[in-house]
Amino acid sequence: MATEALGWWGVPLGILAGTLRGSAPFLFVSLGECLTEKSGKINLGLEGTLLMGAMSAYGISYLSQGALGEFWAPWLGVLVAGLAGMVLGAIHGWLSQQPRVNDIAVGIAMIIFGSGFAFFLGKPFIQPQAPQLLTFDWGAWSSNPAVQSALKVSPLFLIGVAIAPLLQWFFRSTRWGLYVRAVGDSPDAARAMGISIFKVRFLSTMAGSFLAGVGGACLSLYYPGVWTERISSGQGLMAVALVIFARWKPVQCLWASLLFGGAQAIGPAFQSVGINAYYYLFNAAPYILTLLIMILTCSPKRTLIGAPGALGKMD
Amino acid sequence: MAIASASSASNLFYRWRRPLEAIALPIAALVVAMVIFGLFCALAGSNPLAVYGSIYRAAFGSWSAWQNTLIRAAPLMLTALCTALPARLGLVIIGNEGALVIGGLAAVIVGLGLGTTVPALMAQLAMALAAIGAGGLWIMLAGALRHYRGVNETISSLLLNYIAIALMNHLVEGPMRDVEFVTKPSSAELDAALWIGNLPGSRIHYGLLYGLIACVIAYVLIQRTTFGFAARTAGGNVRAAKIAGLPVGKLTLAVCFLGGSAAGLAGMVEVAAVQKRINESLVSNYGYAGILVAFVSRHNPLATILVAILLGGILASGGILQRSHELPDATVLVFQGIVFLCVLFSDSLYGRLPWFQERSVM
Repeated sequence: MATEALGWWGVPLGILAGTLRGSAPFLFVSLGECLTEKSGKINLGLEGTLLMGAMSAYGISYLSQGALGEFWAPWLGVLVAGLAGMVLGAIHGWLSQQPRVNDIAVGIAMIIFGSGFAFFLGKPFIQPQAPQLLTFDWGAWSSNPAVQSALKVSPLFLIGVAIAPLLQWFFRSTRWGLYVRAVGDSPDAARAMGISIFKVRFLSTMAGSFLAGVGGACLSLYYPGVWTERISSGQGLMAVALVIFARWKPVQCLWASLLFGGAQAIGPAFQSVGINAYYYLFNAAPYILTLLIMILTCSPKRTLIGAPGALGKMD
Repeated sequence: MAIASASSASNLFYRWRRPLEAIALPIAALVVAMVIFGLFCALAGSNPLAVYGSIYRAAFGSWSAWQNTLIRAAPLMLTALCTALPARLGLVIIGNEGALVIGGLAAVIVGLGLGTTVPALMAQLAMALAAIGAGGLWIMLAGALRHYRGVNETISSLLLNYIAIALMNHLVEGPMRDVEFVTKPSSAELDAALWIGNLPGSRIHYGLLYGLIACVIAYVLIQRTTFGFAARTAGGNVRAAKIAGLPVGKLTLAVCFLGGSAAGLAGMVEVAAVQKRINESLVSNYGYAGILVAFVSRHNPLATILVAILLGGILASGGILQRSHELPDATVLVFQGIVFLCVLFSDSLYGRLPWFQERSVM
């Protein structure tokens, strides 16, 4: 980055750029986790889903560039990433609803399985360069290259921003949204309404994993825009914390993702002006923040405000 | 009488059906996992039987292979206890990696501080105690937050993983950095006197004994003491335990401390026997693999020993799959994932299979 030329102004600009870029995967993965948790199950395996999405998006974009061209190939990659996520979601949704099976344990198994599968299939794609998603260059008015690169916004990010209020509306005002909330809050009441708990949770997990797969595509086709095995670095696991942070409200997932994306950019932004001393501690800021919020807002007497009633309970 | 003797064999089976079920189901799960993984290998263009042959040879085929396996099994036994012990109280702790890192960090700080000023054995003891204390307190924090603030222990221990790793990176990048060591940011090297030696005539370090002893102690503690009985009771039904007057809070803290201390000790073993200094290499997924071991062994510390050796063997065979079958090193990860999923599914079959069900009187 050319932020050195800007001196101290590079810090807020770096954080802004990092927020716009880094929050996209957080956004998708937290919206997906929000949908799954609303139905009463936790999907810890989104880390594996994210990796699988990143790998398949990159691989498909690379393989189909000849047939589809530079513009459409990445979009096919995004679609396939979502579908790959859905397949993993189907395994999780089915297995975690078997009797005596703990959804946290299934999540950890799915992290191992998903990341193993992604690394296995993704080995050939580490070297080649795949076509990337085209970005909106909102910084073209500026002659400063740092400003220009900071304001490159991905259409995926905008789609994510649009999905957040849409999902909120879905929960509040649609019949299916009511089903999901009923199953997550009170399985007994849902059963009395004649809703199939298994089906609702299965579909919610699959849809949530679709979004997480698309979140993976943000990583490999937008920022950082390569496929490596370290690309997700715990962002999928963070989804669970993010959703708690956002109180299971999709629009708040958007603010939380922006905050986490920004927090993630603090370390590199300071590093770009030569401050290295607390780089790693700044990087841990989102985790520390989430833990503090949980400590402050939890109480042994009641569950978290906004938490689905049946979350984390065996039925 | 004739009827009785005719059905005595089936009576014997009937009496032993619970233990038989507990042995048969995990084995069946392993077999199913191997079949699925075999299909996967076949699809990837390798002969599954040849792949299994290679895994076996690399894991258990020779004394050298056994040594590789046991070196990897040692930290797995210890990190598995970090999940297995709290699980008896109904807690799902996944902070093994963080406790391992904090334990290793504490051991290195004490080891570098003491150096050769005290006898080596005392210094090693101090390092082990520091690792046990630090790892224990780290996980006890998750237990305390659970008990006093109602914070979900799974999420908090997960967050503590990242915080521990960031803390270690911060220290080895800054205050503890050894400028002489250039390949990656690291602490200074521990004095050779403080290294954990090898068992006579092998490359296996004494860490294996730490692991074995810890598992046996954990087993005795959980199955044969009143403390363990209280913990299991509270894990079965918290409300009943509280009515019976059991100190659930203290039990939570104690069990979490014990679990974390085992993972902390794993960190000490890794730095003092393998790494000799602390840096990023300490974060090598022994923590997450330990969670797998704990679940596969159904949180039984003695079964943990066997499962840790089995997984240690699988980990040890990663290289050979790459070399002789041209399979990526992630193949081992796929295998682990399939095994884990099959074992979890087999859990749901307890009491559901017709062979092990209680039969009505004929």
